[in-house]
Order: sequence, then C-alpha cells, then structure tokens
Amino acid sequence: MQKVFDNTQIGPMVWKMRVEVPRMVARAKAGQFVILRVNENGERVPMSIAGLDKENGLLTIIYQVVGKTSALMTTVPDGGEISDCVGPLGLPSHVDNWGTAVLVGGGIGIAPIYPIAQAYKEAGNKLHTIIGARSKDLLFYEDEHKAVADELHICTDDGSVGHHGFVSDILKQLLDSGEKIGMIMAIGPVIMMKVVANLTRSYEVPTWVSLNPLMIDGTGMCGGCRVSIGDETKFACVDGPDFDGHKVDFDLLTSRLGAYKEQERVAMKRFLENPGCKLAKAVETFKYPNEVK
Amino acid sequence: MTEQMPKKERMKIPRQTMPEQEPDVRNHNFKEVPLGLTEEQAVLEANRCIECKKAPCIPGCPVEVDIPGFIRLVMDRDYAAAARKIKETNSLPAVCGRVCPQEEQCEIVCTLHKKFKPVAIGYLERFVSDWERENNLVVLPEIAPPTGRKVACVGSGPAGLTVAGDLVKLGHAVTIFEALHKPGGVLVYGIPEFRLPKHIVQAECDFLAEMGVEFQNSTVVGKMDTIDELFEMGYDAVFIGTGAGLPNFMGIPGENLIGIYSANEYLTRSNLMRAYDFPNNDTPIIIGKNVAVLGGGNTAMDAVRTSLRLGADNAYIVYRRSEAEMPARAEEIHHAMDEGVQFHMLTTPIEFIGDDDNKVKAMECLRMDLGEPDASGRRRPVPIEGSNFIMEVDLVVVAIGNSSNPLIPQTTPGLDTNKWGNITVNDDTMLTSRKGVYAGGDIVTGGATVILAAGAGKKAARAIHKYLMEEVEK
Ligand SMILES: Cc1cc2nc3c(=O)[nH]c(=O)nc-3n(C[C@H](O)[C@H](O)[C@H](O)COP(=O)(O)OP(=O)(O)OC[C@H]3O[C@@H](n4cnc5c(N)ncnc54)[C@H](O)[C@@H]3O)c2cc1C
Ligand SMILES: Cc1cc2nc3c(=O)[nH]c(=O)nc-3n(C[C@H](O)[C@H](O)[C@H](O)COP(=O)(O)OP(=O)(O)OC[C@H]3O[C@@H](n4cnc5c(N)ncnc54)[C@H](O)[C@@H]3O)c2cc1C
Ligand code: SF4
Ligand code: SF4
Ligand code: FES
Repeated sequence: MQKVFDNTQIGPMVWKMRVEVPRMVARAKAGQFVILRVNENGERVPMSIAGLDKENGLLTIIYQVVGKTSALMTTVPDGGEISDCVGPLGLPSHVDNWGTAVLVGGGIGIAPIYPIAQAYKEAGNKLHTIIGARSKDLLFYEDEHKAVADELHICTDDGSVGHHGFVSDILKQLLDSGEKIGMIMAIGPVIMMKVVANLTRSYEVPTWVSLNPLMIDGTGMCGGCRVSIGDETKFACVDGPDFDGHKVDFDLLTSRLGAYKEQERVAMKRFLENPGCKLAKAVETFKYPNEVK
Repeated sequence: MTEQMPKKERMKIPRQTMPEQEPDVRNHNFKEVPLGLTEEQAVLEANRCIECKKAPCIPGCPVEVDIPGFIRLVMDRDYAAAARKIKETNSLPAVCGRVCPQEEQCEIVCTLHKKFKPVAIGYLERFVSDWERENNLVVLPEIAPPTGRKVACVGSGPAGLTVAGDLVKLGHAVTIFEALHKPGGVLVYGIPEFRLPKHIVQAECDFLAEMGVEFQNSTVVGKMDTIDELFEMGYDAVFIGTGAGLPNFMGIPGENLIGIYSANEYLTRSNLMRAYDFPNNDTPIIIGKNVAVLGGGNTAMDAVRTSLRLGADNAYIVYRRSEAEMPARAEEIHHAMDEGVQFHMLTTPIEFIGDDDNKVKAMECLRMDLGEPDASGRRRPVPIEGSNFIMEVDLVVVAIGNSSNPLIPQTTPGLDTNKWGNITVNDDTMLTSRKGVYAGGDIVTGGATVILAAGAGKKAARAIHKYLMEEVEK
C-alpha cells in the first residue's frame, strides 16, 4: 500500500498525483518509470517519473485520463492509498554534455521530459525545450520548464498560445538555424515521435524517443512490451524505454497499442455507469477521441 | 492405531483413482480439475504400500521425503502427523502433491510399479496437506531464539520460499524481495488455477509470514537495491531465486503481430492478473477462436487448456517433435486431450501472417521428420521440404521455454554465470562466486521443476545457516 497526496486536476483530462515511495525516490533517475495498481482487481499501469522530491520521498506522476484505470486513479483521495507501485523500472535516460540539446514534449510527454531537462541542464547542456499541445488549456508545466530551459518554445495546434502549429515546425527552425545541436530527445504521442524522428533523420542529429507499449510486469518476464528497433525485437521495459528514434518501427507500436480497444471500451463503459465513488465532472463525461463529434 | 489389513488383502486393493471434474464441464471453468481423494480412498491407497525395507521410492524423490513413513501415518489416520512428516524435507507438500511429475520421480521406482500400479504417492501427499490446512491443524514449528543474523531472499518462487522457511525456523531474520505484487513466482503467475489453486500458494506464504518472514513485494532487486546494497543495508547473506523468467521467441517473421503472446504473458494475464474474470478484473486478454500453442512442455499444456476455458473453438498444440518427446507430464497431456485439445505433432511454424489491423490471422507451417538423436538424446526434427501449409489461427502462444533474466548478474559484479546466463554455484552448498551469496532454482538450472527448486532451497538454507553461524561475526 502506498500513500497518495495532491491528486489534483491540472488540465481538462490531466491529473497530477504524488506517491509516497521514499526508497524508490532515492534511487530513481530521469527517464525511468513505475508500474502501479490502484486496487486488488486493478490493472498494472506504467507511468513515467515526472518529478522526484527526494526530501519528502515523493514521486510525481502526471497522467491523462484515457480509460478505466486512469479514470479510477482520479478518485484516490488525498492521503488515500493505492495497492502498489513498483520501480524504478527501465533504464535511465542517457545524459551527457552534448553542447546544445533539444527536448521535445508533446501532450502528456511534457511531464516526463521535465526531469530529463533538469538532468541535461545539470550536465552542462544549453537546452532548448519545445512543448506542445492541442490547445492552451492542455498545456501544463510551462513555469517548471521555463525555469530549466535556456529557451522554451511553446506551440499549440490551434494557435491559442505560442506558435500556431506542431512541435516539429519549431524543431525544424532550430535545425535550420545553423546552431549545432548534439542531441534531441522527444516524448509524446507516437505520431509526434515518428514525425520528429523522420525530420531529424536527414539532419543526422541523434534523436532519442521514449516508447510506451503496453506492459505488465516491467521486468522482462512477459515480452508484452516488445518493440522493433532496427529490425531487432527489444523489450521496452528493460532495454528501454528510450530508443534511437531513427530505428523505431512506430507503426508497429501504434498498432500494438490498439490491441485491446474493445475490452478497454467495455471496461470504461461499465466503470462510468457504476462509478461507486465520486468522479470529477470531466471524467463523468469522458469520451474517446473518435466519439467526440 | 487402526486395525491392519492382512498383507494379502492389501495387495488386492486397486490403485485409487482421483475424482475429477468431467472434461466437458471443466474445460469451461477455472476450478481445480482433480478433486482430491476422499478420506476412505486415502486410507485404502495408503494400505497398498507394502512398506519396503529399502524403500526405493525415497531416493526417487529429489528431496527424499520419508514416503513409507508418512504413508504409515495415513494408515493410522493421523493425517496431520503425516503432513508434518513430509514437511521435514519438503516445505511445499500441497503444491508438490499436485504438480510434481511423480510418474517419473517417486512413483516410477515404487516396488509395486513392476507388477501393479505404483502407490499414488502424490495423491496421498496432496490429501494429507489439504487435510492439515482445511482442518486448521497447521502448527507453527518451534522457532529458534533470534540469532541476530539477517538474510535476504530475492524472488519468492518455490526456491526462495523454502530458503525463507528453513532459515526463519533457525532464528534468522528473513526478508523476501519479490518483483511482482504477489509472492509465489511461477506458482502464482504461471501455473493456472485449475491445476494449482492460488489460495494454496497464499496459505503457504501466510504461514511463512506467521513464522516471521517479512515479504517486500513490488521490489525489483537490481533496480531498487542491488545485491551489494543489500549487504550495506545489513543483510549478512543473500539467496538468489529469481527463476528463469525471460521468454524465448521463435525469431520468425511476423512474431510481433497482435495476438501473439509469450506463454508468460498469456498465463500472467490470466492467472496473476485474473484476466479470465474480465471485466471484474481490469486486465484484458485476447480471446482466440482458433488458438495455436507452440511447444510441448507443461507450460504449453497450461496455455492451451487456458485458451479452451477462455472460449476457444479450436485449441491446438503445435509441436515440432512427436508425442513421445513431449516434455509435459503424461497426466497433463491426457487432461488436455480429454478436454478437446487437438495435437499437431511434427509441425513447426515458419511465418506468422497478419491482417490489415496487424492482427495474426494465420501461420505458415512445415511438417517435420525425426532424424538422428541430438544432444538432448531426443531425435532431431528435420523439416520436410515442400511440406508447407497454412493454418488459420487468431491467437498464438509461444511456449518454447525461458532463459534467465540478466538483471541480477548485470548489477552484481563478480557473480559468475554460464553461457546460458544461469548463475553458477557449488553443487553442494549452492554458493555462488560471491561470498555470502547463494542461488538456486531455475536461475541455476534453467527451467526445471518445483521440487528441484525447493530442494535447491533446502540445500542452500543448510549452507547459509552454517555460514551465518560460523563465519559472520555478531
Ligand atoms: C513507460 C511508460 C510510461 C508511461 N507514462 C505515462 C505518463 O507519464 N502519463 C500517462 O498519462 N500515461 C503514461 N503511460 C501510458 C499509460 O500507461 C496508459 O495511458 C494507461 O495504462 C492507460 O490505462 P487506462 O486503463 O486508463 O486506459 P486503457 O483503457 O487501457 O487505454 C485507453 C487508450 O489508451 C491507450 N493506451 C493504453 N495503454 C497505453 C500506453 N501504455 N501508452 C499509450 N497509450 C496507451 C490505448 O491504446 C487505448 O486506446 C506510459 C506508458 C508507458 C509504457
Ligand atoms: C506454466 C508453467 C508450468 C509449470 N508446471 C510445472 C509442473 O507442473 N510441475 C513442476 O514441478 N514444475 C512446473 N513448472 C516449473 C516450475 O514452476 C519452476 O521450475 C519453479 O517455479 C522454479 O522455481 P524458482 O523458485 O526457481 O523460481 P520462480 O518460480 O520462477 O520464481 C522466481 C521469482 O523471482 C522473482 N524475481 C525475478 N527477478 C527478481 C528480482 N530482480 N527482484 C525480485 N524478484 C525477482 C520473480 O518475479 C518470481 O516471482 C512450470 C513452469 C511454468 C512456467
Ligand atoms: S515431493 Fe514430489 S517427488 Fe517427492 S514424494 Fe512428494 S510428490 Fe513425490
Ligand atoms: S516403494 Fe512403493 S510400496 Fe515400497 S515403500 Fe515406497 S511407496 Fe511403499
Ligand atoms: S512488460 Fe513484461 S517484459 Fe516488458
């Protein structure tokens, strides 16, 4: 049982939660993740490390409500408990001084790039951080990122704030600006990581992405998290989650993420019909993206 | 003592058959298949034992259970005492009575085997330990006064549980570190409920907890603390029982399509995560209509029988050798056949074919012939050229074995492994190349059996105790 604090909504479908796991927090590094279970019948869900408060032993995760388990997570009260939280899992992100580095965070990916930004900065890099979301109210962590990045670039698909367009537009401008970029790391929706990797390939700048396949154990035991990297099969939970973006088969990842679409709908429908505990308004009216018309 | 039947009479008693759920009932539920002997059956069966002086059955058991000794107590109807007798050398009788390959261990060497059927040692072992548990006759053993020494067990499979139980009895403080959220190793995540009810494993773990073993679940050693850090934290010795938990794949095209699982994933979803009870439990599992399970071991039988219970119309075993070479227990093969599993022997897939959604819809296979014996002594399967054919499947479970997980060796300098990545140990003491670090079970042998893992745990516990008392200053 792990204690949960400050479980608060920070965007239309985005929540922030802090979990008391002092021993893990003492060891965890940027780029790693945890797997948690809300209750006894719960699924094991992977969540990236979005912040480590070593003093108080608190782990921050930022999560988006996309289905049953993430919806259920919103109901854990302040001071309440979740069944378990295992980690730190996966390999930490590779950190070095490359001179200038660019971090790209899209959507929920804005969260896990924050501790990586801190680590890159500590290693002495000049840091450009690009964060993007569909619209202004879906952005978060601007202040945190502003405090760490040498330059923070914001973009929204609808132009409600910052650059009107995609993170890849800004990245292209940076690549074309002539500034020598030693490393790019992108975390976000699969499609965004794919676009970024395709863009940087011709510039021959090393580009890392953090992959999020479905997982169970997170220890290399089940092979459910397999991804294809340069035609080699890897287990994202132990060999990753970070991989060379130029080698990733993103289409395979996308299709594998959809393996349980039907069951996920059944679970969510059942959950919403019988919440049994107080759900936030936003969650009560949850719709899958393709149901929003 | 009850009256003893005359020997002649005893010889006439037939081997008792264990009542089972009917095949066409049980293949739709996850309840245990064999129901256990009745008390009268157990006593009858015990009376079949002729109590051989030399008791060849004893060395047939990897941990040398005093078989005639416990069977005598069954004849005397003192079942709890019989269970305690077994526990002198086997810490997990309720588990072993169910899953040991008795037919090739203790029972194959039973004197009666030559002329009659062997004494049903496994059935009796199960009977007495179930009796003890169900009637609340399990008594805590005497625990030696605290020695002040601390031991860490990494992994909570049969090897780790055995080490923990033996050492806690001797007064050492024992902590089990388990990566998953529940202890038991393969006993909880791999072997299905219909062969080994999870409450039995839980009862064994609860019992250890009562004796004072501390369980730290959801703790991955090597990620959270390394072995060296465990020593820094004050542990005086470490036992590594992390199992063989890295699934092998075929390495053929299309293997990452949706609908292709490793047996570990398929069984973990169904057992540990209880996906068979979706959506009451949140973890989903793909329900196949035409399911192919690749392999011929216990794991393959468990997966294929699980698929039937989840609703498959056709459940196939696809195995590249013939039935004679299948490593699964005979009993499990028969159970699978009775339940309607279809066996495709001498067949191997060479490619998986997907549909537009990247879901597996078929596999291309080759037929095989048996050639000369290979290193394992079994005849090597050789593909028959041009025998390619297509098999329509919508779910494939790859059950071709596991390798060892490299996490601990990678994070423990000086820990020697062999070319398969198994930790190398001294056979007598289970000591690794690192002082104070012992290992046993599948991580040492590669995928083996519950009783061998438990036996390795026994050996290691003896050596660890000696080490703690003689070499660790307090
Ligand atoms: C290493 C790793 C780190 C992650 N970090 C975060 C994080 O910091 N914050 C966060 O909100 N989410 C993160 N995820 C994704 C998160 O685990 C899933 O969103 C969650 O499991 C969904 O559970 P659910 O029951 O709410 O939704 P489900 O009903 O299971 O899924 C709903 C929809 O979400 C998609 N989905 C399911 N699982 C994933 C997944 N693993 N990745 C992407 N999409 C998925 C499905 O395709 C489906 O369409 C991470 C995943 C991994 C593997
Ligand atoms: C499906 C299946 C069916 C089987 N059927 C039979 C049968 O009928 N009869 C039989 O005798 N045998 C059977 N076996 C084999 C038997 O289960 C194994 O030989 C036995 O469980 C090995 O025990 P172990 O203690 O070595 O490891 P395991 O049971 O594998 O347990 C190892 C444990 O260590 C944990 N672990 C791993 N790494 C770490 C880490 N870094 N930190 C913390 N914890 C860690 C794992 O999560 C796991 O819980 C079967 C195996 C399978 C897979
Ligand atoms: S532990 Fe296994 S091999 Fe030994 S007596 Fe019991 S059933 Fe037979
Ligand atoms: S060999 Fe068979 S008959 Fe003889 S003691 Fe053992 S179980 Fe009894
Ligand atoms: S999640 Fe099971 S191997 Fe990666």
